[in-house]
Amino acid sequence: MIDFLITFSLTLLMVLMVLNLGGLLLWVERKGSAVLQDRIGANRAAVFGKLPFNLGIVNTLVADPIKLFTKEDFVPPGADKLLHTLAPAIGLVPLLVTFIVIPFGDVLIIGGREITLQAANLNIGILYVLAMVSLSVYGVVLGGWASNNRWALLGGIRGSAQMISYEIPLGLALIGVVLAFGSLDLQEITRAQGALIGGWIPAWGIVYQPVAFLIFLAAGIAESKRIPFDLPEAESELISGYFTEYSGAKQAMFMLGDFVEAIIVAGLITTLFFGGWQIPFLLRDGFHFPWGGTLALPSLLVTLLQVGAFTLKVLFFCWLQIMIRWTLPRFRYDQLISLGWKILLPLALANVMLTALIILLFE
Amino acid sequence: MDFVTFFALAIPLVVIAIMVIAHPSPVYSALFLVLTLFLLAVYFLFLDAHMVAALQIIVYAGAIMVLFLFVIMLLNLQSDTQPTPRHGLGRAAIIGGVILVAELGLLLQRSSSEQAESALPENFGTVEALGSQLFTTYLLPFEITGILLLVAVVGAVVLAKR
Repeated sequence: MIDFLITFSLTLLMVLMVLNLGGLLLWVERKGSAVLQDRIGANRAAVFGKLPFNLGIVNTLVADPIKLFTKEDFVPPGADKLLHTLAPAIGLVPLLVTFIVIPFGDVLIIGGREITLQAANLNIGILYVLAMVSLSVYGVVLGGWASNNRWALLGGIRGSAQMISYEIPLGLALIGVVLAFGSLDLQEITRAQGALIGGWIPAWGIVYQPVAFLIFLAAGIAESKRIPFDLPEAESELISGYFTEYSGAKQAMFMLGDFVEAIIVAGLITTLFFGGWQIPFLLRDGFHFPWGGTLALPSLLVTLLQVGAFTLKVLFFCWLQIMIRWTLPRFRYDQLISLGWKILLPLALANVMLTALIILLFE
Repeated sequence: MDFVTFFALAIPLVVIAIMVIAHPSPVYSALFLVLTLFLLAVYFLFLDAHMVAALQIIVYAGAIMVLFLFVIMLLNLQSDTQPTPRHGLGRAAIIGGVILVAELGLLLQRSSSEQAESALPENFGTVEALGSQLFTTYLLPFEITGILLLVAVVGAVVLAKR
């Protein structure tokens, strides 16, 4: 019973964290884009009167959601009502449950009970992530089809082709990492990254698999349909692409889905390539520096440090994606497809072959 | 898998599978097929075959069916209003169905007498177990499948170049 409660609360915690972070990213995106473009950005709804600066928190976290949820929910004539309503949920739900296999800490020891800070420890690990992410494509495809609008349909078709194309380099980049660490379980992969190469370099995934990291970053951003890969929505060509005909809460769900995908990409990059919750030289009983000297820490503090490190890394990679979004122009569609199939795919295949060969020769 | 779970899954599964061929709209047909494949994956989960369940979703529900939908949307297929022309297909379908049911019955009879209660091996359905089976016992069929897929890919490329 207690085990069930622990798993249940961990799962709930993960889903709520992802939802809240998704909302928070809306603020980061609006204010961050303003910073990057030397604008002031959202600053209308201020509660504390005239401050020398306005962070726009009220604007984006309170006023925007209220606006979105009180808008008219319009279904265009001739649209398929059922699928038009279902599509945002079909797109969002698989993404929300993806995060449960990503570990956000080592173990939490409470009253002699060791709790692994990973909501679901599945044998298939990474494959679960791929399965869920691949299901979220249906939100885009059905949203585009059910709207009875040409722009939306074009966006849906573009989205399905793009997401299928980039799933392949994404999966192959993951195979390189799986080969290097010899496990599909994300918690085991993270634990393996606590080792030290030559006594002082942390054995993070990026050291073993730098090429896989670049492929994964590119394919991951393409999967989350953000600039420079935002062809399915492409405002200047397709109005809003697959969610042209959506308004109110349903449109908010599509937007949130994009942010959640960005968080998943950030979480996976952190876990696979940047040590997950690992802090260099921090073991379960405290810091062990390679130049000698130890700093013993209580177990609870170590856990808190690890969770904090994981959160900071995830936030950093979310920020990196937002920076990329606001600095790069959009690809042309043929460039997008040929980048996926002619550059990323052969590169990912070569990476897998080379990794396998090195492992075969040296182990 | 107990009695209740089996039928709680089996009845919707069969109904949805019938809807695949009964529904007039091609998009809905494809979606019902996705749902069928998804429920099959749930079956595999209950049978402790986690790896197969994951592959079922990644390959069939997540990739192949998206391509189906892609083609249906690209060709803008409308709902099927005209009755399907019959070329004695109905009779062939009935004969095929009867043969299939007979085969299944035979298999069921044989397996239930032999290994009904045998326990599963320790690491059944894990990635390691499935992988080592594929690359030792079933190496030849596995490689032949790979070559078949390669032939299909090459054929598609040749056709696309015309």
